[in-house]
Amino acid sequence: MLQSIFDDVRRMNKRQFLYQMLSFGMIVSSALMIWKGLMVVTGSESPIVVVLSGSMEPAFHRGDLLFLTNYPDEPVRVGEIVVFKVEGRDIPIVHRVLKLHEKGDQNNTVKFLTKGDNNSVDDRGLYASGQLWLTHKDVVGRARGFLPYVGMVTIFMNEYPKFKYAVLMCLGLYVLVHRE
Amino acid sequence: MHTVFTRANAILAYTLSVSACLTFCCFLSTVFIDYRANATLNTVKVVVKNVADYTEYQTENNDFNQVVLWDKIVLRGDKTVFNFKNMNTKYYFWDDGNGLRNILLLGNKNVTLTLSWNIIPNAGLLPSVNAFGSHTFAFPSEYTSLRV
Repeated sequence: MLQSIFDDVRRMNKRQFLYQMLSFGMIVSSALMIWKGLMVVTGSESPIVVVLSGSMEPAFHRGDLLFLTNYPDEPVRVGEIVVFKVEGRDIPIVHRVLKLHEKGDQNNTVKFLTKGDNNSVDDRGLYASGQLWLTHKDVVGRARGFLPYVGMVTIFMNEYPKFKYAVLMCLGLYVLVHRE
Repeated sequence: MHTVFTRANAILAYTLSVSACLTFCCFLSTVFIDYRANATLNTVKVVVKNVADYTEYQTENNDFNQVVLWDKIVLRGDKTVFNFKNMNTKYYFWDDGNGLRNILLLGNKNVTLTLSWNIIPNAGLLPSVNAFGSHTFAFPSEYTSLRV
């Protein structure tokens, strides 16, 4: 089988090889375009996130996929599931809004407190030291859609980087070598 | 022609496409089903996963306040008729300031209790549903230290 693959490459001329390279570039750039396009459509800096902890069980488990939107004209309300970033932590947190106070001024100043469904206390201990409330600037997005288990692949790849590189190498090689 | 690889590939692709199709059907069901229930705060009959009871009010400090007082996680197959009487709130009812009873000892006149629930489906949208009906009450100007 391997022999036949390399036969394919050997039979290619320069023009065909360039074409293969070009199609590889097309795949990479279209993936990037879809991601950036989703960012524009949803208004969120990271429209798809993977749940990394069990703090929202039984709603979300580790490895579930969430689709986020972050439209500025849609106000945050109590009971919604928000994804937020806290200073000093690189991993965004997915939790539910427990309390909310809105000033009602021009800037729509709003502050809210979150809690994980599976945690017994609210999130003040998770926030940056001295931070009592979250505001709009902390929010990455609001959870709108849900897809179970799919994110396990991402978690697995992040835990075993060698496996990730092996998969990427295989896919890249396949696209470069394979001929339609 | 039909090596182990092609067979495995075919099986994997077929499994993936079937599960993707089923997942899409799950998603469609969450788009079209209307989950609203005619629930009042006296009798609450809901068939959902997460229930949150929250309150809304307006104060001098803040125009719009929402505080969750009680919530409950209801799993598929759990008993879904709740009958609570004289229960305490699960979370503290604290205002951001003195909006519930101010310095002049005037209670807030307009506190609304509502019930809403957030459904977590197998896959799809995460609908947040408000029950029809709500209960509005005023905070007393005098507090008691014992249960009335």
